[in-house]
Parts: sequence; structure tokens; C-alpha cells
Amino acid sequence: MTDDSMADFGAQNGSAGQNHQHNQQQDRQLVNHQEQGFLGLVVEGSLTQGVEVRLDQGTSVENIKAGTFVTIRGSQYRFFGVATDIALGNSDARLKHLPLDLGDPFISQALLGTVAYGTVSVFPNLVMPLVLGDDEAAPAAAKTIPPQFSRAYSASEADVATVFGREDERHFWIGNPLDMEAKLCLNLDELVKRSIGVFGKSGTGKTFLTRLLLVGILQGGQASSLIFDMHSEYGHGGRDSDRSIMVKGLKQLFPSQVSTFTLDEESSRRRGSTPDEIVRIGYGEIEPEDVELLRETLNLSDVAASAAFNLEQKFGAGKWMEAFLNLKDRAAVFDLAAEIQVQPNALGSLYNRLTRLKRFGFLVNDSGRAAARIIEHLERGKQVVLEFGRYGDDLTAYILVSNLLSRRIHDAYVRQKEEAEGGAGKEPRPLVLVIEEAHKFLSPSVAPQTIFGTIARELRKYNVTLMVIDQRPSVISSEVMSQVGTRLTCALDDERDIEAVLAGTSGSRQLRGVLARLEPKQQALIFGHALPMPVVVHTREYGSAESYAQLSRGPMRESAGAMESPETPEERLEREVAELF
Amino acid sequence: MVDGDGLMSRRIGEVVAAASTSFVGQCYKLNEGPPLGSFVRTGSPVVYGVVYQVTTEPLDSSRPVLARGEGLETEEELFRNNPQLSRLFTTRFEALIAGFWEGEACRQFLPPLPPPVHSFAYACSQEEVTQFTESLEFISLLLNSGLPVADELAGACLRGAASAQADGPAFLSKAGRALAGQLAGDVPRLSAILRRVAP
Repeated sequence: MTDDSMADFGAQNGSAGQNHQHNQQQDRQLVNHQEQGFLGLVVEGSLTQGVEVRLDQGTSVENIKAGTFVTIRGSQYRFFGVATDIALGNSDARLKHLPLDLGDPFISQALLGTVAYGTVSVFPNLVMPLVLGDDEAAPAAAKTIPPQFSRAYSASEADVATVFGREDERHFWIGNPLDMEAKLCLNLDELVKRSIGVFGKSGTGKTFLTRLLLVGILQGGQASSLIFDMHSEYGHGGRDSDRSIMVKGLKQLFPSQVSTFTLDEESSRRRGSTPDEIVRIGYGEIEPEDVELLRETLNLSDVAASAAFNLEQKFGAGKWMEAFLNLKDRAAVFDLAAEIQVQPNALGSLYNRLTRLKRFGFLVNDSGRAAARIIEHLERGKQVVLEFGRYGDDLTAYILVSNLLSRRIHDAYVRQKEEAEGGAGKEPRPLVLVIEEAHKFLSPSVAPQTIFGTIARELRKYNVTLMVIDQRPSVISSEVMSQVGTRLTCALDDERDIEAVLAGTSGSRQLRGVLARLEPKQQALIFGHALPMPVVVHTREYGSAESYAQLSRGPMRESAGAMESPETPEERLEREVAELF
Repeated sequence: MVDGDGLMSRRIGEVVAAASTSFVGQCYKLNEGPPLGSFVRTGSPVVYGVVYQVTTEPLDSSRPVLARGEGLETEEELFRNNPQLSRLFTTRFEALIAGFWEGEACRQFLPPLPPPVHSFAYACSQEEVTQFTESLEFISLLLNSGLPVADELAGACLRGAASAQADGPAFLSKAGRALAGQLAGDVPRLSAILRRVAP
């Protein structure tokens, strides 16, 4: 309620005559102005475009922001939606042409909200029962709109909690709605059932958002995750370049539940991380499909890349790479080319490019059993972070290793799942594979060949899903994008990227406006299966001592006792040892 | 409704002609008509009016008024020398009906019947004005009266009503919004009235 209207009531209350009729009049006006969060009345709209709310005189357009939640009281339902656009309207089209004396505050005050008013476009996403408290009547997708002159309010904290759930072991608090204290929670069951996409241009907080998601998945216990940690940011902490501080990684927050693997032991040790396992990969483990995937990064022609299949035929699976790289010189390569009927130059260039792989310290002659070790850890319910160390900057290494390991893990899962279906063994624990620079794996040209393309398409059939982190969603194959269940997107500039992220979403025209106005820090638009409706989130704090305590405490223990220690003595000992050495 | 003290002292005249939308009152005292835009009311039934015309004229319209003051020092002297004058003239006022009391309720629309002839006419007290103007729906009666001076009248009426209020500026801002609500489709007219009302 504005000061003006407050003054009105003062004048009315001060009047001499008090009688029934006047009280009624006063009551009517009080209903109009005093209700908490009253915005205005629905004046027009459609299901596809959303409804338009004409703002009440007491509400300034400046108080409404795109992306804020609005509830509308219809006659049978309450509608819950989001403000997608804000506009200025007028009752007389001549208004803008007239020389009005608006320097006089009296005149401008009289015109504002009557002749010149604000409108807010609201997209009603959900319907709720008129009276809260009935648990069975959960919010459902809106298939109708509120009638004209329905009253619109800014959503209360209770409304937001009803829609987005309360924090518990199934709902992870990811952040807050804009300008609200209420917690927005992701439904973890739904989140891990399908693939997840985290998008946003560089420096908008993808990594922080991913860390939060991983903590959520870890706390929920619905799935394990395997993180191909390109820049070594998730395991043993990473750098926050904006605040110039180091933030803790998963291993530090949950020492007993996270295993770190590394390809580059030296780098890990330098950063003070004590990896649980060192990953070594045998030449024998590299398959022709891997070479196919590396075509772009190694700059191989089609013919050269497919020559690897001929080599496998010639030398046998598991041996071809070593045998091929052991050839002494180009002459020997040409001889071999003649023997297996491959174009000599193509085989020569394949030889040259593959020889480059020799500089990777993690490639060894004998098998490294890395995939098997990772699976062991995953089956124990741990989250596995694979740090790439200095190899993280080498896309070839990242693509090679993540593809190779994922394929093996996927094979193992398929086997286990099939056994479980046959009644011989238990279901594999759901797994989320986290990959960065996802467009390198999932671009339309390579997606059909890589294991990640397969995983994305197969969905949860074999209990393996993807979490793709990328700044160029437009480069990711649309087939894969269509399978991403929950999308979290930070600010994006490129039109094509915005379009790709919003493709196939209802109300994408309205969301586009919201997405384009995201702030570059700590804000994300989240939509998809894990949330009942698209929402702009001010992401939860990550990096302060308090946030670590909250995150490692988890939702259940928080309710049991806020001061309870987040770690057992063993865990603390382990952590302190880890931090010391 | 409030009658307040001194109802008798606020009696200014009698209704001498009445129609559904307006009534004419004759004042008891010459040149002491109610101000333009002020509220008047009749005794019983109570009908409120907003004064839109005050006229002073000879009782006998066939006798033209002559100038008589040539050579006199003051106007008072003129009336002293011609004591019959005050008996030959009369002051009348015309008021637009703005509302009426129906039982316990104050209505701001036209009554079923105009006030009867010879109803006493009173100037409204500040309390009555404050009470009546809690609702501003009567403004539409003024604006839609079709009078050439309707806008002038609305402005004068709201200005006068504001001076009766405990919080005049707040009343005016409320009145401004009420006007804007009535004239949302006619901004030039609205802004002309607002300029008259502006404090």
C-alpha cells in the first residue's frame, strides 16, 4: 500500500460520519489496496500467450521484475506463473501526443495508474487448489487460464514452497527465486532419471552450478556420478577467479563419499590433492572407434580414421595400436598399407598423428584396468572425480580418455542390467556421467559414433545418464538436446545458443525474454523434469565457510540439529591428513 | 447523516423550482447566494446539490434596472438613498442534484423525485461535505450534466470540498484519480480539469 492511499484512509477514518454504508465502502477499498502483494487484475490473455495483468494504482511497474512469480486467483483454481514481460499502457492513445503539464506532481500522480498504467504479462504454468493444505491436490500443468478480472498477487514464500517443494532428501535446494527468500528445490529423482544440461557462456557460473548439482546428487544418494574433470575443479577445489579465492571441491566436503582418480599424479600432488587412484590406460584399450572420435582434434581424414578398423582386423583387437606404433618408419607403414589394402598416405598420416599420443604419460603398454577400478568405486556408492591435470588442456586426451572409459563403463552397465533383467544379479546403481566441452562429443557429426551420443539417446534404459556442461549448446546435436531432461542455463549471448537451449520447450518465446535478461553472475534459468515450471534462480552460495557447513550437513541432519558436526571423527581425521599432506 | 449544530443558521432559502436533475433555490438575502461549486441540500427529503449558477435579477423582469449612483460617493450611499432596491431584486441559485439520502444510505445518483417546491435549502457544513465526499461517484453527474461550465463546476466543487477536509491534499489526490478514472478516454479534458483542481 502506498503512502498516498494510506493518507486516503487517514482522511476517511478521520471523518465525522461513521455508518454502515461507509464502512462497506471502506472495506471495498481496503480489499483493493491493502492485500499483501496485490498487483492488479487480469484484463486479457490467451493460453498460448499468457495473460495480461493491469497493475493496480498502488503498484509501480518498477516493483515487478521479469521472472518473478505471480499467483492469480481464479474462481476455481489458483494459477501460478511467472512474469515474462512488462509494458506501459494507456487508456487514451492521444496521451503521448499531448503537451501535458507533467511537471506538476499532482497531475502526473492522477494520471499514473489510471490513464497511464503498467501491465505485466504473466504466463500461468501451473494450477493449484484455491485453498492450500490439501497435499493430494498437487500443482498441475495449467491447461486453462484465469477469467478476466481475476486478482493477481506476487507469489508468497508459501506458494513457492508449495510449487517447488521443501528441502528434504528428495529435493535439493539449488537457489532462491529472484528477490525472495524461499528455497527452490530440484526433484533429485527426476533430475537423475534423464540427462542434464548445464549451459552458459564462459564465466557465468556453470562450474559452481555443476558443483551444487553434484552435491545434490551425492546427498540424495539416488545415483553415483563420474566426473571427467577437465580443469581439476571438482575434486580438490578450484579457483574462483572473480573473488580470487580457492573454493573447496567435493572431496574436501565429503571425504568419505568421493574418490579422486587422476591422470596426472604430479599435478594433483602439487595442488595438495591426494588421489585415491592413478589412472593408466593401455594402448590395447584404445579402439578404432576412439580414433574415429579423435578425427577432428587429430585432423585426420575419413579414410585415415577408418584405416584403424583395417589395422584392428589385421593385428587383432587389443593389439593393433601397439603393433602399429611399433612400426619403425614410413617405409614399413607403406608396406603395411599395401598388405591391408589401405591408401598409403592415409595410413601414413594416421601413423603420424597416433604417434603424438605417445607423449601422454598415462598411456602405457599393459592394461591399466582403470575402468574396472572406477566401476568398483562407483558400485560402492562413491562419486568419482577423474582429474586430468595438465592433460585437461589437451582436448585429444580429454576426448580419448572420457570416451574410452565411458564406453567400458557403459558396456559393464549394459551387461549388469541385462543380467539383472535375467534374474542373475542386482540392478546397476544409476550413474551420471559428467562431461565438459560437451559439444566436442555431441556435435551432429560425431554424436552418432560416440558412446555419449548412445547414452544420451538410450536414456535411462541402462541406468546411465549424462550431465553435459557446455557453452555452445547450438553445436550439440539436436537429437541429443531433445533428450536432455533438465536444463540449467546461465547467461547466453548467441541467438543460436539461446534457441538451441529453449528448443522444444513450451512457452519458449516467453522464456527467451527471461533468458536474455539473466545477470551474468549467480543466475540461471532452470527448466525441465526436475522442476514443475521454468524458473530463474539466484544460485545458492558456494564458497563461504557457512555454505560448506550447510552443504555438507545436508537437509535431513539440518532439521535434526543445526549445530551437529557434519563429519564423524574418522572423516575429520582423514580430511585433516589430506589437507596436511 | 450529520445535521450538525446550527442547521437553522445555515438555511439560505427555499426551493422554488425543481426538476429531476436540478433544482432552483431562492435566497432569503440579496447577494448572499451559495458559492459556485459548493454543496447545498434540502431539508426533507435530503437531496444534495452542487451549485452551478447564481443569479441576481429584478423580481419583475419587465422593469429594467437603472443605474442610480451617479454623483454618489459610495455604493452603500446608493442603497441608503433607495431603500426599495433590496425589495425589488432577488438572488437565486441553481444546483445540479448530486445525491440523496435513502433511509440510512447516502446515494450518489439521481433521486426518484426532485425535492418538493418550498423545501428549505441549506448550505452544507464542513462535516456534511466531508461525509458526502467520501465517495466521489457524484463527479460523473457533474461531468455528464451537459452544462457548458461542467468542467469549471467539477473543478470548483472539488476545490471547495478539499478545503472542508482534514487532509485536503490527500483528498485532492484521491479526487484527481477519480477524475482520471471518469475521463480516462479524454485526456485533454481531464488535464484541463486537473489543472483547475491542482493545489
